[in-house]
Amino acid sequence: MAICHSTDQHSNMLAKRIIPCLDIKDGRTVKGVNFVALRDAGDPVELGAKYSEAGADELVFLDITATHEKRKTLAKLARQIAGHLNIPFTIGGGIKALEDVDVLLDSGADKVSINSAAVRRPELIDELANGFGSQFVVVAVDARIVSGGQAPDDWFIHLNGGRLKTEIKLFDWVKEAQERGAGEILFTSMDHDGTKAGFALDALAKMSDLLDIPIIASGGAGKKDHFVDVFTHGKADAGLAASIFHFGEIGIGELKQHLDAANVPVRL
Amino acid sequence: MISIINYNAGNIRSVLFALDRLGVDYQLTADPKVIRGADKVIFPGVGAAGSTMAHLRATGLDEVIRGLTQPVFGICVGMQLLCSHSEENDVDCLGIFPDKVKKFRPVNGEKVPHMGWNTIHHNGDSWLSEATDGEHCYYVHSYYVETGAHTVATTDYGITFSACLRKDNFYAAQFHPEKSAKAGEQILSDFLTL
Repeated sequence: MAICHSTDQHSNMLAKRIIPCLDIKDGRTVKGVNFVALRDAGDPVELGAKYSEAGADELVFLDITATHEKRKTLAKLARQIAGHLNIPFTIGGGIKALEDVDVLLDSGADKVSINSAAVRRPELIDELANGFGSQFVVVAVDARIVSGGQAPDDWFIHLNGGRLKTEIKLFDWVKEAQERGAGEILFTSMDHDGTKAGFALDALAKMSDLLDIPIIASGGAGKKDHFVDVFTHGKADAGLAASIFHFGEIGIGELKQHLDAANVPVRL
Repeated sequence: MISIINYNAGNIRSVLFALDRLGVDYQLTADPKVIRGADKVIFPGVGAAGSTMAHLRATGLDEVIRGLTQPVFGICVGMQLLCSHSEENDVDCLGIFPDKVKKFRPVNGEKVPHMGWNTIHHNGDSWLSEATDGEHCYYVHSYYVETGAHTVATTDYGITFSACLRKDNFYAAQFHPEKSAKAGEQILSDFLTL
């Protein structure tokens, strides 16, 4: 059986993607970043370029600035990144309307990520997919398992960076997002995020079986084998992480070598 | 001077940025005179075949492109529009390459669109530097060009399809060289230094 499994993986050589995520506030990366030989660890463009050189397949920039000038800030950031990066990148954080996205597209962003705004007004997904194509629309979801009283435990969507629980079930919502035209799902398990104990493998595998679009797994990465697990048991198409990359706990290059040795197709 | 054909094709900014990084002068234009007079022409594309072909016909750019004699590089949907027909919107295209554009029909559970990094394999005589044989390039597409006499590189995704084409002065890539890291930059340079 092991041989069959290996053959399957090699007949389809689409590489599994490794995606560092950068949090941006007021044009600077936040959270500690511990990179050797970086002139300015706060500069998202320089940090992005460093990750690109190290072999990152894609980057996600999440702007957590709360400001009325949001649209301008995001566009300026997108333009700077697009000018320097030769790999695809996604921009997210507070995108609420078609006009926000229009500016980002024109500034060179490859994809946008929407989260709470899509839950509050699901038609936003249709509008973005129809206006710019599904490949441009990443729907990000934050969810955790909640005990349902008499009902069995289930995964529920949370909003506003996880602070606000909704009554929306995770698997219903991602299915709806796909039907409305989402090109990818970025699923963060709040139960796993920050634990460094591994990704939400069962939920990810269930989601992958349920959907036809690619799934980016987020939350729980702590060691290299967690990425092997997320691409095999978890059936994810991409693995996203922040602090383990920023603090240099795992290098992108060594991670990819490890995945390659474990027979996971990656871009080396 | 390089002309980049401007025909409201969605996000072509990334192509411009890539040329900026390579230090190449270019102009984004829909002016037939400028396009005909360019040393080389890039024909990018993001969008649906039907509406983009309709736009090319309405503006007469279809005939301009067919008549070009300098090196022309079609990228992604640009490559598909250089073919004879697309299943997307069931539309006749420019017919430079006789090949047909078909929709991916998963044979082994592959997800569509084909999105992400996949390897290209050179096929016989090629305008591509040897260094890019076997390298990963970045793809985003739901339609593909079947392999044929003009296929100079292939990629496997359930089936084997054309990654790059060449016929006379027409060159094409299905992936996005402008987003394909060093391999993509090499392929852009290969075209620019023809």
